[in-house]
Amino acid sequence: MARINAILLALAVVCALATVSANHTARKLFTELEREQARSQALEVEWGQLQLEQSTWAAPGRVEKIARDKLRMKAPGPGQIISIDAVR
Amino acid sequence: MKFSQSPLLSQGLPAWRSRLLLLGLLAAFAVLGGWSVYLQGFNSVFLQEKGASRYSRVIELSATRGRIMDRHGDVLAVSTPVKSVWAIPEDAKLNPGQLRALAGLLELDVRELARKLGSDADFVFVKRQIPPDTAERVAALKLPGIHDQREYRRYYPSAEVTAHMLGFTGAEDVGQEGVELAFEAALAGKPGSRRVIKDRRGQVVEDVESIRAPQDGRDVLLALDAKIQYLAHSNLRQAIAENRAKAGGIVVLDAKTGEILALVNSPTYNPNNRVKLAGAQLRNRALTDTFEPGSTLKPFTAALALEAGKYRADTLIQTAPGRLTIGSATIHDAHMHGMLTVAQVIQKSSNVGAAKMALSLPPQEMWAMLDSLGFGSPLKLGFPGEVGGRLRPFKKWQPIEQATMAYGHGISVTLMQLARAYLVFARDGDLLPLSLTRLELPPAEGRPVFSKQTAHEVRAMLEMAVLPGGTAPKAQIPGYRVAGKTGTAHKIESGVYADKYIASFVGFAPASDPRLIVAVMIDEPAGAAYYGGDVAAPVFARVMAASLRALGVAPDAPGLQASLDSPAVKESM
Repeated sequence: MARINAILLALAVVCALATVSANHTARKLFTELEREQARSQALEVEWGQLQLEQSTWAAPGRVEKIARDKLRMKAPGPGQIISIDAVR
Repeated sequence: MKFSQSPLLSQGLPAWRSRLLLLGLLAAFAVLGGWSVYLQGFNSVFLQEKGASRYSRVIELSATRGRIMDRHGDVLAVSTPVKSVWAIPEDAKLNPGQLRALAGLLELDVRELARKLGSDADFVFVKRQIPPDTAERVAALKLPGIHDQREYRRYYPSAEVTAHMLGFTGAEDVGQEGVELAFEAALAGKPGSRRVIKDRRGQVVEDVESIRAPQDGRDVLLALDAKIQYLAHSNLRQAIAENRAKAGGIVVLDAKTGEILALVNSPTYNPNNRVKLAGAQLRNRALTDTFEPGSTLKPFTAALALEAGKYRADTLIQTAPGRLTIGSATIHDAHMHGMLTVAQVIQKSSNVGAAKMALSLPPQEMWAMLDSLGFGSPLKLGFPGEVGGRLRPFKKWQPIEQATMAYGHGISVTLMQLARAYLVFARDGDLLPLSLTRLELPPAEGRPVFSKQTAHEVRAMLEMAVLPGGTAPKAQIPGYRVAGKTGTAHKIESGVYADKYIASFVGFAPASDPRLIVAVMIDEPAGAAYYGGDVAAPVFARVMAASLRALGVAPDAPGLQASLDSPAVKESM
């Protein structure tokens, strides 16, 4: 009888410790999840800002200005365009 | 002596003493029991709330507003988080040094800041929508009573180019104008909230439940082509400056699908900085301002006349002596042309010819045609302030009204309505609904207004109008066949026609298989020229040529050189 009691007691202690450790692990994992979610949100924000930046750099007005002033490009005149039929 | 042998024990005690003790104990138990029933049964909700408030918190989860993109996915409007600094004036007792430091960081006037913090309100915004790194430096000052909160601010990288199309949002990131308002339901995100358990240090340790999941706003993919929009914007700005005009607008439509590829107005504004904003800049003229279209309406009169079977393209009409008297009113042509075919009436834009055609038609049919083209009723694109223009019921028409309506007077339209109506000539006589968003599939077939044959005949007349001998040789584009019509109309000021003009041009290209419709309107050109063929047609040609090239549309007349220097026939008003 005493032996069974001892075994049950040991079992109870082990279970209790396991519960504590599981809870701790859960909290640790949750914190990690939390951090990753915050990171994903921050990346999302950064992506939006990068898109904004890209749109600003690629604005047609800016492209035209650089093409005309810096690269000295111009639209081809009527005689300079040759259209070729698509190869079927 | 042992306790059991104590003589005191042999002494009998009165029975009431033990009973009293028992009663006392029972009463104490009853009180305990009652108290626990009270706590558990009647007061449990309140106590549980109190307990939960020690560790559980409800966190707001913000949702971002959807992006607006053009048809190629280029971002036109995006929300990014910013901080707003606010204060509780009662708590914010700052010494002068702190005040200067805060004012310096926020680029505020020290006196202005002191006034804000000295107010007796419970809550004041110190500065809204500042960059997050500035907010961090403010937080690092650790000033009492000064707090910050996260907000979203909308940015428009293309600034004034797309201002009227996109509109803008208010301080709470809610749409107030343009697409931002029209698509508010789709763009707006729904913030959510969740309950969590926080530890002593304020860190979230457990997720209890999600009360409401946040819903980010959906992205909106517009039909707009950022490149064409820019071309329209820069050409319009140039034309307004050259002609010293008051205002203007350009609309570009895809003739195959009815998509709105560009919509620009002038004057415009920068939606990113709306400090100095006047009402005139805000007006989305292409949709909210109506004008008498003038001769741009003549092709519809001709189409109806052809459709009725009374005229053919080569039927001769006597326009001499260049005027026509109906009742007490007389209508004039700018030149006397003599005998003209229907096609020449359009080419040379004769008022008398158009009026004669109209008078041979029943008013009811003419009204039905104008109504089915969408004149007189708003387009219902969802923009604020959209108007339908004026189309009086035919039962009230006088013969003179019917005659003037034939050449676009006594009726008012918006530029967008006018551009849309030209779909019937750019297509096979059918009209499509307009679309602000990119369509995955082109609409199968529109609502027929004219027969295919009529549409093609009028298209041929419109091609003649831009050739030498027409009113708009300046609308020609080398390499492409162009079709279109000029309009020049007196403006009405307080009920009478003033010496101010609206010059317009609506056309499409390539004429062999129309792809784009471009409508140009210049309000009050103050230069030497004010005719649609001189003011609006060159703008049309520049926008159309560049847009066709941008879209890679093959020239349908590779050898065609523009004869731009041939003189324009003066059009009648």
